[in-house]
Amino acid sequence: MTGPTVEQVITRVHHDEWARVVAGLTRHFGDIDTAEEAAAEAFAAASERWPRDGLPPNPGGWIVTTATRKAIDRLRRESRRDAKQQSALMVHDDTPPEPTGPVEDDRLRLVFTCCHPALAMEARTALTLRLVGGLTVAEIARAFLVQEATMARRITRAKAKIKAAHIPYSVPSDADVRDRLAGVLAVVYLVFNEGYLAGAGEDPVRADLTDEAIRLGRLLRDLVPDDGEVAGLLALMLLIDARRPARVSRTGELVTLDEQDRGAWDRALIDEGKALLRQRVDVVAAGGERPGRYQLQAAINAVHTDAPSARDTDWSTIVALYGRLSLLDPSPIVRLNRAVAVAEVDGPAVGLAEVDRLGEVLDGYHAFHAARADLLRRLGRSSESRAAYDRAIGLAGNEAELAYLTRRRDQLTG
Amino acid sequence: MPRYLLSVFGPAERAEFGGYPSRESMLQAFADTGAFNERLRENGHLVFADGLEPATTATTVDGQGERPAFTDGPYLETKEHLGGFWVIEADDLDVALALAADGSKACRGVVEVRPFHTEESVEAMLEP
Repeated sequence: MTGPTVEQVITRVHHDEWARVVAGLTRHFGDIDTAEEAAAEAFAAASERWPRDGLPPNPGGWIVTTATRKAIDRLRRESRRDAKQQSALMVHDDTPPEPTGPVEDDRLRLVFTCCHPALAMEARTALTLRLVGGLTVAEIARAFLVQEATMARRITRAKAKIKAAHIPYSVPSDADVRDRLAGVLAVVYLVFNEGYLAGAGEDPVRADLTDEAIRLGRLLRDLVPDDGEVAGLLALMLLIDARRPARVSRTGELVTLDEQDRGAWDRALIDEGKALLRQRVDVVAAGGERPGRYQLQAAINAVHTDAPSARDTDWSTIVALYGRLSLLDPSPIVRLNRAVAVAEVDGPAVGLAEVDRLGEVLDGYHAFHAARADLLRRLGRSSESRAAYDRAIGLAGNEAELAYLTRRRDQLTG
Repeated sequence: MPRYLLSVFGPAERAEFGGYPSRESMLQAFADTGAFNERLRENGHLVFADGLEPATTATTVDGQGERPAFTDGPYLETKEHLGGFWVIEADDLDVALALAADGSKACRGVVEVRPFHTEESVEAMLEP
């Protein structure tokens, strides 16, 4: 039996410790930039030394110690010109360690700082992936299909704003924490969707992003274990990601839910997602807070994963869940999804009537035309269906989806 | 403590009642803003606050040449101009944003929050 390789250990320690190291150093030295650079230098040193000198007895501890030393070196270098700062640094060195507990965790402060509403959404996602997720700037740039220099500028500018505007490094007050947490979840879900519904590029699914979003979701669940929406978002991502193996065909075509090989779904992820949901159902049944949008979406996905086939899906429950979701989130996209489910319960004509009501707002959205095309096809209205497929194809950016829509259109007869 | 500029913008030329829908609503906004300023003072946030005459009354001066050049009107050619501002002190941006939200409600305008330089940020600028 052989143990893990040095590279595997470095990867694991990076996954486990990166956010903790950056967060701890940020609190200790009061500067995100210093913390990030020092953490990166410590991991670079590990990649150089560990293969040569062997693993230290406590790799995580080695990283923390090395990163702290790097940060002090860096600040000394910078403050040599200024004796006053030098003495300030000495005072900083005496900072006692923070008490550890779910709410006190430095990583949670880091998450709230990265997802601060005073930062643009794209800056929030980039910062979160860099400082909490530990992705390199090059990896983040690749994931969002922008030049590395552009992404580097975006991150540098965001860090400069955090510093100049004094964006606090803290968990928001009780009065604000709920809204702010919703903002954090939105960032994580955006990362997930960016991976799962890649709008452009050659990869129909960007697993680096979906995996990272799930990792962030798990971290948040550890940090805020009692929040229903945190659990709901993690459950939602797990249940969607479980279907990934069946979602794209061998020829690179998108496979819709009704045609997926359900045997290929990842049962472990489904079980984990459903277990999270069951806990929430128990909390709600015991008089706890009513489920929010992520819990409802997770519940909808659980209905799908419970069904042995598309035909055997409990569509009435899905319609009811979308109805509740639309009360929380009256967006046209939720109404579109509800209309598609209505078509399964009441027939394509009823569904189409509901879909058509959204034409004004969703005319530029490919999924709207794809849904119409499918319903028109089922109603035997081939030429109208073909026109709708054409619109959907013109608007879709994902290669796998284009391949699917094109095949469907070309199969139309009459 | 960090300092922030809270700016309120408005049209270059003001309509009747300073752009408020009526005399009553103008007086009410003034009263609310006055009360907000008083609260800033009591809580130790206020450095300075005041409203400005319309941008059409501004004069732009360039003193870099041999003789100063004077131009009638504001420096920037935009539809909206600075109409008034607060300079406040706050522990961090969250405190400043919460105060800005109250100020915005009081004066019935959108507020831009911008941090001032600090000693450290100027030093960092001198030695990048």
